[in-house]
Amino acid sequence: MSLKENSEAIFSESPGKIALRTLRKDKRSVISLSILGFIIAISLLAPVYAHFIAHTNPFNSSLDATTHVGGKVVPVLEASTTGLGLGVTPIGPTWNPTGYFLGADGQGRDVMARLLYGGRNTLLIGASAGIICIVLALLIGVIAGYRKGWIDSILSRLLDVIWAFPVYLLAISLSVVLLTSGLKLGFIHVGPGSFALPILIIGIVYIPYVARPIRAQVLSLREREFVRAAVGIGAKDSTIIFREILPNIIPSVLVFVPIIIALCMLTESALSFLSIGVQPPQASWGTIINDGLALLYTRPWVGIAPGLFIVLTAASLNLYGDAVRDALDPKTRSRGDA
Amino acid sequence: MSDVILSIRGLAKNYELSGALARRKEVVHAVENVNLEIREGETLGIVGESGCGKSTLGRMIVRLEQPTAGEILFEGHDLAKEPKKKLRALRKRFQMIFQDPYAALNPRRQIGQIVEEPLRVHGVGKEERRAIAKDLLKRVGLDEGAYEKYPHEFSGGQRQRVVIARALALNPRLVVADEPVSALDVSIQAQVLNLFKDLQKELNLTYVFIAHDLGVVRHVSDRIAVMYLGKVVELAEADVLYESPAHPYSQALLSANPRMGADDKRERIILKGDIPNPINRPSGCAFNPRCPKAADICRTESPELMTIGTRQVACHFPTL
Repeated sequence: MSLKENSEAIFSESPGKIALRTLRKDKRSVISLSILGFIIAISLLAPVYAHFIAHTNPFNSSLDATTHVGGKVVPVLEASTTGLGLGVTPIGPTWNPTGYFLGADGQGRDVMARLLYGGRNTLLIGASAGIICIVLALLIGVIAGYRKGWIDSILSRLLDVIWAFPVYLLAISLSVVLLTSGLKLGFIHVGPGSFALPILIIGIVYIPYVARPIRAQVLSLREREFVRAAVGIGAKDSTIIFREILPNIIPSVLVFVPIIIALCMLTESALSFLSIGVQPPQASWGTIINDGLALLYTRPWVGIAPGLFIVLTAASLNLYGDAVRDALDPKTRSRGDA
Repeated sequence: MSDVILSIRGLAKNYELSGALARRKEVVHAVENVNLEIREGETLGIVGESGCGKSTLGRMIVRLEQPTAGEILFEGHDLAKEPKKKLRALRKRFQMIFQDPYAALNPRRQIGQIVEEPLRVHGVGKEERRAIAKDLLKRVGLDEGAYEKYPHEFSGGQRQRVVIARALALNPRLVVADEPVSALDVSIQAQVLNLFKDLQKELNLTYVFIAHDLGVVRHVSDRIAVMYLGKVVELAEADVLYESPAHPYSQALLSANPRMGADDKRERIILKGDIPNPINRPSGCAFNPRCPKAADICRTESPELMTIGTRQVACHFPTL
């Protein structure tokens, strides 16, 4: 390393670079990112698993399918032997990755394959909803906070309207209405079964929780002297927003990203569990838990496995969010290692 | 005396306090009917207690605050009425230096970018910007390495130098400095004040220097305006004011300033009470409830700023 590079490594680090370095050293971020990376990777590999390894279709019910267990051919669904003998008991976990690793659900579908496909949907919806939420919240928060006056009043009251309803109540009522009819807004057409519906609904219900703190921060930033100085040198509003205010907002927005994505994912699972989220035959972790509800006494893994995935994902997103927050704001850091 | 570059006429700023539950609108008269002329190349000091409107006055001069009434005449424009867009172009002629150098620099941008920003806003090319910024940093006494550093790597005094460099980037004629050294250590204050003086000589700058520290103001100012409750109560040459203050408020203010040496024979005048609420101004002379000389006329009639010799005083019983 030359002397110049060396001196730059000691001095003149941007606040962003310092945060990144702190984050990289943080064990919490390493652990949570590994877990997340693993879950995302296996979810993305779902088609490979279902088609080439397990040879099952995760979406079609296969009531008369058979599989090999210990060299013997067994049916995937058997007539129930408990109680009144009604219904079926699916095969339990084989713990054999080449088929029915976690057993089958009530319609003879491979739970492991559905779990991986469901993971794709849950993660896709959670991440898209989270990002839509944060982008819209940033837009609303910055405009409301910077313009103040009547624009702020209108935007803030709009947020209050969303805020006034409990998140789940709002999400459930919107979903129930929109899932049956689809959404027609001018030239925008969203069909009843589309993923766009849960994405939009979940994204919108969380907007106030992000937009309000951003608005408050912009309100205080615009009174700061460096913003006044920018006005004083004759900068345009757009210049002030993009060059002075946004760079100071971004850190708190970054803290929101993992936490809001986790919340959106949980909401998606909840809606799907109530069968007003992802529609069959598509899977999501929530719908699989719903499938597993009927089998809870005989085949508990159908419900437990997606539950575990949800918990793991949400917990690591939150852990990562904590690590990001501590890296970006040295004042709240709990350990004094930097 | 040299030309007047800025003249303020009847300048006023009211803030309306109106809460949802307020029965009637209350108006704070932060600045009232201020008339001032600022001459090319001079430093006009503005002193007063906190809350007397001196910062509001300073912010109005550079139009970071919209005046309620009055004119600010600068280079043939009335800044008080100039529309936003035209004002932006005019802003390069007058700049403001802020009190708190920790708040006046965006923590997320490099010093070089901060100093170049005014040039960028006014469309100066990249190469030229860089050259001007580096020259300015050298001029305010920072070394060239500062260009790539971030504000958090500097002390208060160094940051204030950056703030000064930014204010000078556009080559302004008028600089309004709002308590530019009050946030700094006393040992650093003198360095920064000397920098102000040096730059004034080199660049022929005109300063409006707002402060509450009388020693600081005396050190830099040619003329001094004393403000009380939104009004200028006395305006005089710095030496004249310090040797023989005519307004009772100026006398009290100056007697509060500690002086070195045993030759200080002046008696300390201790004012009774607090500065009155600007919502509810006393009738007559605003200073009458605290004034040792107050008579009946002071409670009924507000004295106008009168020219007496080289100075201007707003008092019914000035000490001459």
